[in-house]
Order: sequence, then C-alpha cells, then structure tokens
Amino acid sequence: MAKQQLLLIGHGMVGQRYLESLVAQGGREQFDVTVLCEEPLPAYDRVGLTSYFSGKTADDLSLVPQGFFEEHGITLKLKTRADSIDRAAKTVTTNTGETLAYDKLVLATGSYPFVPPIPGNDRDNCFVYRTIDDLDAMIAASKGGKVGAVVGGGLLGLEAAKALHDLGLETHVVEFAPRLMAVQVDDFGGGLLKDKIQELGVTVHTSTGTQEIIDGESCKHRMVFGEDKHLETDLIVFSAGIRPQDALGRACELELGERGGIVVNDHCVTSDEDVYAIGEVALWNGRIFGLVAPGYQMAEIAAEHLMGKAEKAFQGADMSTKLKLMGVDVASIGDAHGNTPGCRSTVFMDQTAGIYKKAVVSECGKKLLGAVLVGDAADYGNLLQLCLNEMDLPGDPAALVAPISDGAPLLGADALPDTAQICSCNNVSKGDLCAAIDGGCMTVGDLKACTNAAGTCGGCAALVKQVLDSELEKRGVEVNNHVCEHFPYSREEIYHLVRVGQITTFDQLLEKHGSGDGCDICKPTVANVLASCWNDWVLNKPHAGLQDTNDYFMGNMQRDGTYSIVPRVAGGEITPDKLIVLGEVAKKYDLYTKITGGQRVDLFGARVDQLPEIWKILVEAGFETGHAYGKSVRTVKSCVGSTWCRYGVKDSVGTAIQIEERYKGLRSPHKLKFAVSGCTRECAEAQSKDVGVIATEKGWNLYVCGNGGMRPRHADLFASDLSDEELIKYTDRFLMFYIKTADRLQRTSVWMENLEGGLEYLKDVIINDSLGIGEELEAQMQHVIATYQCEWKTAIEDEEAVKRFKHFVNDDANDDNLQYVRERGQRRPAYEHERIEMVQEA
Amino acid sequence: MNSSVAVEWKAVCKVSDVLPGTGVGVRLPAGQAALFCTRDGQFYALDNLDPFSHANVLSRGILGSIGDRKVVASPIYKQHFDLETGQCIEDETVSLNVYPVRVEGDVIEVAMSAAH
Ligand code: SRM
Ligand SMILES: Cc1cc2nc3c(=O)[nH]c(=O)nc-3n(C[C@H](O)[C@H](O)[C@H](O)COP(=O)(O)OP(=O)(O)OC[C@H]3O[C@@H](n4cnc5c(N)ncnc54)[C@H](O)[C@@H]3O)c2cc1C
Ligand code: SF4
Ligand code: FES
Repeated sequence: MAKQQLLLIGHGMVGQRYLESLVAQGGREQFDVTVLCEEPLPAYDRVGLTSYFSGKTADDLSLVPQGFFEEHGITLKLKTRADSIDRAAKTVTTNTGETLAYDKLVLATGSYPFVPPIPGNDRDNCFVYRTIDDLDAMIAASKGGKVGAVVGGGLLGLEAAKALHDLGLETHVVEFAPRLMAVQVDDFGGGLLKDKIQELGVTVHTSTGTQEIIDGESCKHRMVFGEDKHLETDLIVFSAGIRPQDALGRACELELGERGGIVVNDHCVTSDEDVYAIGEVALWNGRIFGLVAPGYQMAEIAAEHLMGKAEKAFQGADMSTKLKLMGVDVASIGDAHGNTPGCRSTVFMDQTAGIYKKAVVSECGKKLLGAVLVGDAADYGNLLQLCLNEMDLPGDPAALVAPISDGAPLLGADALPDTAQICSCNNVSKGDLCAAIDGGCMTVGDLKACTNAAGTCGGCAALVKQVLDSELEKRGVEVNNHVCEHFPYSREEIYHLVRVGQITTFDQLLEKHGSGDGCDICKPTVANVLASCWNDWVLNKPHAGLQDTNDYFMGNMQRDGTYSIVPRVAGGEITPDKLIVLGEVAKKYDLYTKITGGQRVDLFGARVDQLPEIWKILVEAGFETGHAYGKSVRTVKSCVGSTWCRYGVKDSVGTAIQIEERYKGLRSPHKLKFAVSGCTRECAEAQSKDVGVIATEKGWNLYVCGNGGMRPRHADLFASDLSDEELIKYTDRFLMFYIKTADRLQRTSVWMENLEGGLEYLKDVIINDSLGIGEELEAQMQHVIATYQCEWKTAIEDEEAVKRFKHFVNDDANDDNLQYVRERGQRRPAYEHERIEMVQEA
Repeated sequence: MNSSVAVEWKAVCKVSDVLPGTGVGVRLPAGQAALFCTRDGQFYALDNLDPFSHANVLSRGILGSIGDRKVVASPIYKQHFDLETGQCIEDETVSLNVYPVRVEGDVIEVAMSAAH
C-alpha cells in the first residue's frame, strides 16, 4: 500500500516536537513526511534565544538531534515558505514555486511579533525579537551605535533589553502601561522590578507612548513621546506582544477566532478534519498559549491522534512562569492578580533587599490560587505544586511568603503525588523522576540527561533536587556525601578542616576527625587535599602510603602491572633534541611509544625498578613529570596560533605554555585539562576543556567547565575579551574555588551542573567577588605555584625513595610473570590466550 | 613435606624496610607474596598475584579497614582482600593464600608456604 503524504508547515519548537513524537510512534511506516521551514535553520531553542548574546551558538541552540532527518527519511525544505493552501485539491504552494500534495496537513507556524502602528516603525535599524536572523541583524546594527531602545516592557521586551545591554548599548525600555510585565505581576511587583532593573543601568519609561519615530540629532532615531518629551536612540526593538501566524489559514478559510488563531478541538484538529494546528498558531477554547510547554503537549496529542490513538485530549495549560530577567528572579503563578471572587492576598515586601512576594489564597484560606514573586523566586516550585495540585496549605497562609529562617522548604517533595508535574517544559512528572532514580540516576545531572527535566528553562531545578534527595533517602541510599565510613564529612568539609585546622598529615586528621584505619577512598582523597593546600612532596613519608599506586610510583599502572611514562610537553611544543631523547629512551628500554590525545608522548611498559633510571635520563635532558597519573593538571593543548598560522590573532602556544607552567603539579578533585586556540576556528578544541581560552581581536575569551570523555559537555563562555592579567586572575580564582568546593572525582562539568545558581553564580563569585574570597583564592594559588617541584626530580635525588622502586624487597629479580607479544614493530603485554605456561623452578 | 607441621621461615628484610601503611613484594621459593605493615606496626603477607587482573601487584595496594577488618585494595580494579584471611570482600568465591609472618629482632620472616 502506498504511503500517505504528511506535510508539516513550520519547523519551530513545536514542529520539531511533533516530528519526534510521530517517529516514536512509528508514523514513518504510514506516512511520507515533508517539512517546510521558512527560516534558514532547522528548529532551534527559541526560549533560550537570549543566550545567543552570551556565547551560545546556533549549533548549541539547535533542537534537532544529529542525523535526525537522514535517519528517519524525512524531507526538510529549508528557506521554503508555504504561500497558499488549496484545501479542495489538497495541495500547498510554496514561495519556491513548488506545489506539494498532502493527505494530512499540520500547521505549526507559530506567531509573529506585533509591531505597533507608529509612523516611522519601518525605518532602518528597527527590529523584532523572534529569530536568530533578527538577532544577527541586531548585532550588526549595534556595532555602529551607542543607544538602544525596546518598545514593550513585557517578558520578551525585558529579554530584548538584556540583549541590548549585553551588546554594550545604553538601554531604554519604553512601556505604554504603568508597570512592567503587566500581565504577570501586580503594581508592587512591577515597581520593584523597575527599581531593580534601573539599578542595573537600564532606563525604564513607564506610562509612555511613542507617537512617531523621526530622524534624530545625536543618534539615528528620535522617538517622540509627547510635546517636549523624546528619546534619541540608534536602534529600536519592538516587543509589544505576539500574534498568531494564521494568514495561511485565513486565506483558505479555516475557522479562525475573532482576534485570530486557528480554531482547534481537543485533539488539535481544525475545522477541516485533514488539517491540524499546533503551537502558538492554534486557538483552543478561545485561548492562545504563548509558551512552549502547552505547544509540546499539543504536538504529542496531534501526533497520537494522527496515528489513530485518541486517548489523550488537550485540556488547556497552566501559564505560570518563572524567569530570570537581567539577573532578577520573577515568577507568576495562577491567579496572580487575585481575580477569583472572595480570594484574599498575603504580601511580603522588603525594599532594602529588593524582595516582593504575594500569595493569593481562596476564601476558606486553605488553597493557594496564585502568587507573584520578585527578587526571590526560590519557592516557585513549591508554590506551583500547591496551586496545581490544589493541595491543602500546610499552615498559615502568611508562612507562604514570610522569609523562612531555617531554610526548610514549605512543602516536602514527599507530599507531592506521583502525577505532579515537576518540569512543565518537558512534561516530567514526579513519577517519571522516581522511575529514573530507580534506573540508577544519582544526581541532578543524571536526571537531566535521562529525563530532560530542568533542561529547558531551568525553573524546576530546585524542585527536581528536592525530589531526588527525598527519593534517594527513601531508597535507603545515604544521601549524606561523606567520603567513606572513616570520615563523617564531605570532601568540601574535609578541605575546610584541613585548611582551618592547619592539618598537614592524614594521621592528624584521622585522630581529630575520623575513625578506623582509613581506606582506598579516603586516603587518596586526603592526600589530594593536603597537596592542594600545602603542596608537600607526595612521597614524603607520612603521605606515601596514602597514594594510589599511580601517584606512589608516579606513573600509570598498566594491565600487566608495569607503568607508563609521560613527560610534560607544555603546550605540545617540543624541540627536535628532546624528541630524540624520548626516542632514545624508548629504544633503550624497548618501551611501546604512542602520541597521546593530549599532545605529548607516552612510553609504556616500564617495570617498577626501571622507573628511576629512566627518569634520571629524562630529567637530565630537561624533562619534568607530566602528572599523567595524578588527579591534577594534565595538559594545556594548543594550536599553532599566530606563531605560524595565517589566521592566528594571538600567540596561543606562548599562552598555553605560560598557563601550563603556572598550574603544573596542581592537585585537584579530578583531573584538569586546558586548551588555548589562536582564533575562533578553535583548532585546540578549547570548548571541550575544563578551562578553554580562545583568542579574539580584543583579548581572550575564557570558557569553563567543558568535558570530553564519557559524557561530553560544551564549555560555557565565562568572560570575553580579557587581558592577559584578567585571564590569569579569573583562572586562579576559578581553579581554587573548584578545588575548595567540588566533590571527590567530580570534573568541573559535573560540579557546574550541580552548583546551585550555576554559571551566573560562578561569575558572581569569580568576577564580582560576591563572597569576598577572591584575594584569598589567589593567595592560595600563589602558594601552590611557589612550592612547585618536579616530583620525579626530587625522587631520583632521594636514595631512600629510590629504594622503594623494587619488585621484591628481598631479591633484585624482576616480575617473572610478564610476557610480551610484538605487534606493528613494538611490544605489548600478551593477552591471556597468548600466554605461555611458565614452568616453576624447582 | 606436606605432612610436616614445622613452619619453614625465610628472612626477607628488616622492619625498617617496610614503611607503616605500605607493602612490598617478597620473593619466596614457591612464588610471590605481598608483605604489608599496617598503621599499628603489624605485619601480614598474602599472595602478590591479583586474581582479577592476573598481575603481580597486590603489594602496591592501599591498606585500610572496612568495619573491623583490615584490608588491602587491589591497585588495578580495586577489590578488597582481608589481611587476616585472604578473603575477597566483593566476591566470596575468591580468596588469597595467607603466609604467616614473624619478627625476629629487627628481621621480618615470612613462612615459605601458605597457612591452611
Ligand atoms: C594516554 C591517553 C590515551 C592516548 O593514548 O592518547 C589516555 C589514557 C588514559 N586515560 Fe584518558 N587518556 C588520554 C587522553 C584523554 C582525553 C583527551 C584529551 O585530554 O584531550 C580524554 C577526554 C577529555 C577529557 O578528559 O575531558 C580522556 C578521558 C579519560 C577519562 C574520562 C574522563 C571523564 O570525565 O569522563 C578517563 C577515566 C577517568 O579519568 O576516570 C581516562 C583515563 C585514562 C587512563 C588514566 C585510564 C587508567 O586509569 O589507566 C589511561 C591511562 C594511560 C596511561 O597509562 O598513561 N581518560 N583521556 C591520553 C593521555 C593524554 C596525556 O597526554 O596526558
Ligand atoms: C525571546 C523569546 C523568549 C521566550 N521565552 C520563553 C520562555 O521562557 N518560556 C516559554 O514557555 N516560552 C518562551 N518563548 C515562547 C516560545 O518560544 C514559543 O512558545 C515557541 O517557540 C512556540 O513554538 P511554535 O513551534 O508554535 O512556533 P515557532 O517556534 O515560532 O515556530 C514557527 C516556525 O514556523 C515558521 N513559519 C511560519 N509561517 C511559515 C510558512 N508559511 N511556511 C513555512 N514556515 C513558516 C516560522 O518561521 C517559525 O520558524 C519565548 C519566545 C521568545 C521569542
Ligand atoms: S579510551 Fe579507554 S582504553 Fe583508550 S586510553 Fe582512554 S581509558 Fe584507556
Ligand atoms: S520547567 Fe522548564 S526546564 Fe523544567
């Protein structure tokens, strides 16, 4: 049987979710699918649009899994707009002149920004804020200007203002209504929000209407407000609301709402049973939903309906929101304005701290109907759950907004039913989280990877964490983060005890704060903390027995018990003479030789007794240990940069070497990798490193918390256009703060994902020194740098230490169990099946 | 020989050759042993061969305790072995030979064959 033709118009957030849902239900077996996408890019995260200004790329924002269209045989036509629909002939005509036949049609055309009919609104450098193209145009225009204005002080207008602010423009918000965010917050909340935003350097003009836009004197435009009131600005962004993109439906006479929107039923079917509408273009029960979560629900319901399953019906959606606008938390829940008859409000306001909270409760005082939070939205998740699940309030309504002194959450995650929706963006219920926890998720990061919860707007992150903690506890998993049975402390607490108590040995710590003998978990952890703090030689007697074998023998143990040798090659730069020495040593000791992924050379298969003599040769030739074995700084990878490369804008090799020399030997909760690229082509792959540095025309861009390995993570842009000094200062602070607070064996990527407040908090601590510890961190780093020694150099000069490098204490013989096979011109340990049985000597 | 009850001892090194909290490899006529000195100065000896990786590396493991049991952790895949009995904590079907140890003056002696 021939497949039916399915045509999707619009490939935005909701369109992509529709395709995923369809594929998941086997829709490809029944339908040939074609997608028309007006934009030059396939679906991307519009919700995260503003992060395009703080370093996210179009690739980062993409919502389409790699190879999605190829894998599922779906045809995607980019830059192709549907121009008309002929419902009788069942065809769609495009701007490229094609006519496509359909059996079923889905409209997911979203909405378009409303531009108020102000004379002059079509002048140059007047923009809307909806697509990546819009943003590119704004960025280009901002280069020549100083001032920017946003028309509209709603949610999107404030996001646009943040973007202008990030572009370095003097920023104004012009709002017709008497307060900001008129839809979501009340007068007090709006007033407080205005104060906070003005503090950040954005000027807010409320109750201000623009009459016309004409040529300016000091800037490109003049916005005329009244007789003698005006504002001069170089670019203008209109953000005065959205309208459903329903022109196609209107032209082919689908049923529309009075104020627009294509009318759909509970299964997203329009007035034509072969045509569906989903997302922001769809009008359900007289309502348009301008948020992505309801759109996702529609996508799933429409796909199921198409496949002949109609169990689920759209039932409307909650429009509560939580956002961070220019660093200010704002949230609005349910009936925020108190429109329900008989309802009562409780309000808390602290102008000094910049906090406003309002709870709207039912007449009986038992149920929460709505809330407004400005300045502190930590309770959002709990209040939302109380409201959505119509739960009885745990106590006095005033407690809902009162500042909580003991920090206890209002409502335990335990009290929530399994059906409670925790993440509305991705429709993840408490039950879904529990299932994931049963499946082995142990951290918020795991849950994010597994269920997508907290992966879109992040508003639910605190609640996800609460559910996780309470569920782990229920399952008898000790939620305590004690390193092991010998110390009832987390790694961070141990670090603190060591620092503050000036503890210098494991035995002192065990006597004061621990019990038992220690073990293979706490000993290396404490050794590592001691090294981060005091930087003694790792083989000093009190420390030697604490070290993992890799640190004890200062090499990585291989599967046959021999070791590898990795000398430091800072920045990957090495002289021919040094290369020759490596070759000579490898040849003399018949070591398997390999170029590593970290731009250096690894020599494998050295016996424990050979290590000191090999290192003696290497140290004499000017090599130092590369710490390939330690939880410590590994390599600083570099590209060749301006030294030779025709595109290089800075000396990436020189900087890589400088960084590697500075931090070499630094011990840390897990290994640390760096890279420096000489231009944005990024040949050193700096965005996959714990610390990545990329040269720009104006300075260095610093990226942090990237990871390769098992779960890759792109690094986040931390700061731009830094001078050499700033780069080092921030890196010093960043590394020491990580060392101070991270868990055992936690890479910076996972640390960041579990850090409350995330990237913004980290910037606050490092750049704004919000904890007042900046100088202390720098001083601590300075101590480590000043006390650096090559561990191997010290070892070969210490006779007693060298004596420990023997296979037998009572015999100079070597391990008789080692067997090798030659392969591709080098030796490697024999596999089990290749081994020859050894005959025991009598 | 097998029926003999007398333990044959082999002097292997001085007390000062083994740092408390660490181990050393010992060559015995019958094979390899790992000799350990715990924090409190007690000596123990087990097979040196790690049954999980088949490498002679147990002397290079980290010493410690799990509850009341003194253990060594294999440096390769981190299983724990009881120093008194040789029993593997993670896998009850695996256990190592234990060699009696005694200190004569400042010399450590290890039994030439395992205790049964
Ligand atoms: C030698 C090398 C592979 C090679 O032949 O190229 C290597 C070898 C090992 N890696 Fe690696 N890694 C090597 C580059 C990498 C890279 C690439 C890089 O650094 O650019 C990565 C991914 C980048 C990253 O770390 O984000 C990498 C991710 C890992 C991981 C996973 C870490 C993670 O966060 O998921 C482990 C396991 C671990 O650390 O727990 C690991 C662990 C290991 C160990 C230590 C496993 C072990 O315990 O025996 C290997 C020891 C090698 C030895 O005996 O010297 N290696 N490893 C590379 C040494 C680079 C160097 O010059 O120091
Ligand atoms: C800056 C910003 C911030 C936001 N923040 C949030 C937030 O925090 N939380 C939240 O829930 N929502 C937020 N939203 C709203 C959210 O992005 C939308 O709800 C969501 O994108 C709607 O998805 P959609 O697929 O219906 O429409 P869209 O994502 O707009 O996709 C529609 C697509 O159809 C294309 N199209 C239109 N007509 C045609 C045609 N004739 N032929 C072919 N293609 C066509 C359009 O070009 C577009 O690519 C934000 C929006 C913006 C702009
Ligand atoms: S990828 Fe695995 S096998 Fe290869 S070097 Fe890294 S750790 Fe070893
Ligand atoms: S609610 Fe938006 S990510 Fe969970």
